[in-house]
Amino acid sequence: MNHQVISWNAIAPRIKEFRETVYLLKRNKLTRIALLAIYALIFIAIFAPWLAPHSTHIMMDTNPQDKLLAPCTQYLFGTDELGRDIFSRVLYGTRISLQTGLLAVGISLLIGVPLGAIAGASEWYVDEAIMRVTDIFLSFPGLLLAIAIAAILGPSLQNAMLAISISWWPWYTRIVRGQAISLRERQFVKAAKAIGTPHYKIIFSHIIPNCIAPVIVQASMDIGGVILTIAALSFLGLGAQPPTPEWGLMISTSRTYFLSAWWYSFFPGMAILITVLVFNLLGDGLREVLDPKTRKKQ
Amino acid sequence: MRIFIIKRLLLGLLVLFGVISVTFVIVRVIPSDPAAQWVGPRATIEQIEAARVELGLNDSFFVQYGNFVADLAQGDLGKSIRTHQPVMTELKAFLPATLELVFLSTFIGVFLGLYLGVVSARRKDQWVDHLCRFFSVATVSIPAFWIGLLLQYVFYGTLDWLPLGERLSMNVKLFHEIPDITGMLLFDSLITWNLVVFWDALKHILLPGFVMALFPIGLVARMTRSALLEILNEDYIKAARSYGLSERIIMWSYALKNSLGPTATVVTLAIGYTLVNTFLIESIFSWPGIGNYIASAVVSLDYPAIMGVTIFSAVSYVFLNLAADMIIALDPQVRT
Repeated sequence: MNHQVISWNAIAPRIKEFRETVYLLKRNKLTRIALLAIYALIFIAIFAPWLAPHSTHIMMDTNPQDKLLAPCTQYLFGTDELGRDIFSRVLYGTRISLQTGLLAVGISLLIGVPLGAIAGASEWYVDEAIMRVTDIFLSFPGLLLAIAIAAILGPSLQNAMLAISISWWPWYTRIVRGQAISLRERQFVKAAKAIGTPHYKIIFSHIIPNCIAPVIVQASMDIGGVILTIAALSFLGLGAQPPTPEWGLMISTSRTYFLSAWWYSFFPGMAILITVLVFNLLGDGLREVLDPKTRKKQ
Repeated sequence: MRIFIIKRLLLGLLVLFGVISVTFVIVRVIPSDPAAQWVGPRATIEQIEAARVELGLNDSFFVQYGNFVADLAQGDLGKSIRTHQPVMTELKAFLPATLELVFLSTFIGVFLGLYLGVVSARRKDQWVDHLCRFFSVATVSIPAFWIGLLLQYVFYGTLDWLPLGERLSMNVKLFHEIPDITGMLLFDSLITWNLVVFWDALKHILLPGFVMALFPIGLVARMTRSALLEILNEDYIKAARSYGLSERIIMWSYALKNSLGPTATVVTLAIGYTLVNTFLIESIFSWPGIGNYIASAVVSLDYPAIMGVTIFSAVSYVFLNLAADMIIALDPQVRT
């Protein structure tokens, strides 16, 4: 088994840097608000069944006598064309959006990270082959490729997620490859190679663990964009299918009624905006803090 | 420098080839039977078989690929399953409306974005700056299809100032001669001095144009701000200040000029994004462009049409990326 001796002297500056990063992040007011909002969103996603006042309204349960009511005390965000409580559905939508967003980014990481590490740590022809395929994928506009793939796989939330992952992984491949190339020349990788460690083992137990940090940062910046793309696919009819309480889908169905019932499209859209915004603000804060050019030291 | 451009062009060609191949593979893994869709639900087995021969589906994978590439080289994207019209003809009919929208929104985006970026950089860390930065993050976080609906509700439903959708009002379409030179109504009506049509077209394009401009505004503003902040620390700016030149002249004619390089590359990328954004916006505003075309193709699973638009957009994207790289290459600071 691995007997690794970690020297405190090697690790101490890293820990210090990490603490500093957290401190700088929290000092920025907008970032702090964004972090709090993300905690709130996660809380809502977990406890949606207990928070929702009409949790039977989520799927098919309808009460037509209350259809298209304006916001009132009983229905905070009003009701839709089937008399379902929009507030409860928006709360449940948090669950779907966060879940699918995280999963889609996760799948992209699973594809992109190993490919990038293999490209960076292998012979030039393997590298070329992987990177040219990556170039091709990157030359499709993301949403377009996702639309094409989702259309072909057939409309469903899972397929939309898969489609986004297939169009998103090349970004991670690029980042990891850059890291892997510099790691390849480092002493410990050369040492591992010298004692005859197999190539795949070098990649998976030496290269990948050491280049994961910038990827995680990039991934956390991407979550907002991915959630927005999923909503867009659902809006086009390629993602979640009725009666799923997905935000994009709710806006899509509200199109028929929006001139007489503004609340129907307003609240789900607001939910998308806030969720994507807080993730993007967090990403912006992270970028500012981690970029040596803008990192303010005091 | 020349070597760089040649290398970049060759890479562009390779990528184009890859885009076409990937698109072809995607079409081939479709689980449904295009022949059955082609002849419709009541067709006999013989008719489906005839359609398979007609569409070349019985040939081997590589023969089909060869035909696909050969057709493409002649500008043939196949026939739409829905309308049985060549996809190329349909694209040509829908393209001008989309281009008009893309050009206008990029135009608005660049100018407002530059302005916001300059204002933001001049008042760094003041509330105007914070507001501008918040705005530029917000513009990339807003679901464009949602803001489109909201604006329709406000400007059509409540205020009744602007039309709901389409490119022209019915009475203008019926009682005025519509110029058709480039297919871009604003441009055509302006050069034929047909002001009634121009005014009507302008009113129609305002909302979708603004919605699509949001993303470029945010992107350009952010890029301009960070480029300017770097430049304002340079010595030649300090020198200009010490000569007593006004802050306005320094900003607009000294600093801004040098920040245009990075901004130009972002603009080309923003155009690519805007092009794809039409897929979401055009159907809301019943705008007769390729975005609306693909949105209805998606609903009826019209694969040749979807693939046609995919190839078209990817090819434009490749060219835009190429343009971005050229701009960087032509920048005297990069040139070696």
